[in-house]
Amino acid sequence: MTRENLFSPSPSARITIKPIELNDIVLETFLQNLLNALQWGSFYSLIALGYTLVYGVLRLINFAHGDIVMVGAYIAFYISAALLGKYGMPQVLPGWAVLALTIPLTMVLTSLVGVTIERVAYRPLRRKGAHRLYVVITALMTGLILENGNLLLLGASRKKFPELIDKVIYKVGAIYVTNLKVGVILTSVLSFIVLHFIITKTKVGMAMRAISYDKFAIPLMGIPVDTVIVFTFVLGSAMAGLAGILFALSYPILDPYMGMSIGWKAFIAAVVGGIGDIRGAFVGGFILGIIEISVVAVFPSSYRDLIAFSILLLILTIKPTGLFGVPHTTKI
Amino acid sequence: MKRLSVPILLVILFSILMGLSYFEVIDLYVQTVILFMGINIITSTSLNLVNGNMGEFSCGHAGFIAVGAYVSSILSVALFTKSRAFGPPILPPELAAYGFPFVLICGGIASALTGLLIAIPSFRTRDDYLAIITIAANYIIITAIINIDKIGGARGFMGMKRVIFAMEECAEIPWMVLWVFLFTVLTVIIIRRYMSSTYGKGVEAIRQDEIAAEIMGVNTNRIKLVTFMISSGLAGIAGGLYAHTVGYVNPKSFDLLKSTEALVMVYLGGMGSITGSVLSAVIFTLMLELLRPLQIIKWVAIPLLLIIIMQFRPEGIMGHRELGDIFPKLKKFYKFK
Repeated sequence: MTRENLFSPSPSARITIKPIELNDIVLETFLQNLLNALQWGSFYSLIALGYTLVYGVLRLINFAHGDIVMVGAYIAFYISAALLGKYGMPQVLPGWAVLALTIPLTMVLTSLVGVTIERVAYRPLRRKGAHRLYVVITALMTGLILENGNLLLLGASRKKFPELIDKVIYKVGAIYVTNLKVGVILTSVLSFIVLHFIITKTKVGMAMRAISYDKFAIPLMGIPVDTVIVFTFVLGSAMAGLAGILFALSYPILDPYMGMSIGWKAFIAAVVGGIGDIRGAFVGGFILGIIEISVVAVFPSSYRDLIAFSILLLILTIKPTGLFGVPHTTKI
Repeated sequence: MKRLSVPILLVILFSILMGLSYFEVIDLYVQTVILFMGINIITSTSLNLVNGNMGEFSCGHAGFIAVGAYVSSILSVALFTKSRAFGPPILPPELAAYGFPFVLICGGIASALTGLLIAIPSFRTRDDYLAIITIAANYIIITAIINIDKIGGARGFMGMKRVIFAMEECAEIPWMVLWVFLFTVLTVIIIRRYMSSTYGKGVEAIRQDEIAAEIMGVNTNRIKLVTFMISSGLAGIAGGLYAHTVGYVNPKSFDLLKSTEALVMVYLGGMGSITGSVLSAVIFTLMLELLRPLQIIKWVAIPLLLIIIMQFRPEGIMGHRELGDIFPKLKKFYKFK
């Protein structure tokens, strides 16, 4: 059993242990897969949180979000490489300190990227009162620019993310737990709690909820809409940056298209949870992670998207507004 | 004269195109670009029916293109050529030229039936939730194709060029130009006529306010069903034409990037404008080909250009208007209903 296999989310990493009763093996496989699913779901959750924040405030599907995750991973790569002494800087810090510095720096820089996109591409369109979907198309185009601009600037060779912390494997019963897995899951839960606190308890959060409630009356109440929107993008993109680092730590190969499909899927997860509600995004991400891992555990892996999305379609057909979504009432 | 001007123009355009490709004045490359223009016109006008006229946000158009492409190429390869997957031809290959439109229409019907996959959920779900259903449908269709090994799976499916050769044995004319032209004109006419029918009025009503439309007695479910099926059926025809033009289909070429292209064409042209969709499909195809020498820079330049266009014309090129609305004096000279 190689180390890499152990960290991959695929259930092919089933642990071979000494032959004991079948029931135990089934249970252990189940628990091991559940742990992998929670890790995999954490990424979806973190990305879906960013989607849902922006959507909740602006009613804008920010399709560039998956690519902001990719940008976050690249920023983390360059920062950690610089701190590790790749670019002529002396290496003075140990790995854990590099990680501790990389995470906040990446989150700040990624949120700068997000705010820049909002300022340059979305805000002028919003000011002109363009149809909502034109902003969505602009977001799609921005995503393409980020991907291909990256390919153009940095070349097609994949980057290997440095190993910042030593992997420690704990053995709980017969289940292998790594510090990275626990870290990823804890981080996503923690960031959800922080976000939930910001949205429900602080003044900015109240303003964000207010804008999503009625965006015409809010400027009249003296709430600076643009500032709140910028703040939303800061939060969302910081989440994307965090997801980027964690993803790069877990699967340390970076390429320009890594954010695209995970971004689309996270969006689907956010909608299944009920888009616009951050609890929904959080739960939806984990649901998608668990479904994907359990499909792969039973069927050949090429059936993953087919079955996972059929289940999600079924959920949406039964509950059209998602798990936490409330149906809109509109006056005619 | 007013009634005849559009048909006359079309016939002239058709004979010019056929003549140029028959006497090889334009080489195969230019011919392919023109074919892609026609295919993109079908794609964008059919998506425009749902996204522009009905005001839904369907992001998974490529899924239906894929169904049409696969069904029609499997049928045509199985019927008219000897292939490894399906053995000897079922019908004599001489019939290829006559059978081809039926094969295409079969592909269209198949993908119209697949359109039910999103039409039925659309009864209860709206805007962004429907967007997700279409994205999921696209993923489902692609992975379903990948998992059918008989038709090549992830390796793709080929052999459509032999169908074209079989047609050329019948008569030595540029068949694909003929079919693409015919079906493009047919698509535009179908959509135009559909939009000016009672159903079309219902579609407009749904775009403006679905609940109000329902209260006024519009059978929204039936109209949605029919509109989605027409849109996806026409997309299927575009897929069949695409498959036979390229001669090779691969599930990966119908992923969300292809859907994004279709979306871009619709919103670049202006929501709900047929003229806009046609115009933007032509412009977009030309842009893709003209910027080809830039290689990878192309894929940065095109989105950037589109963002800039969006900034200056946030409602698209035409913006829910037709040609006659922009140049009212032209209305005297043509009639296109």
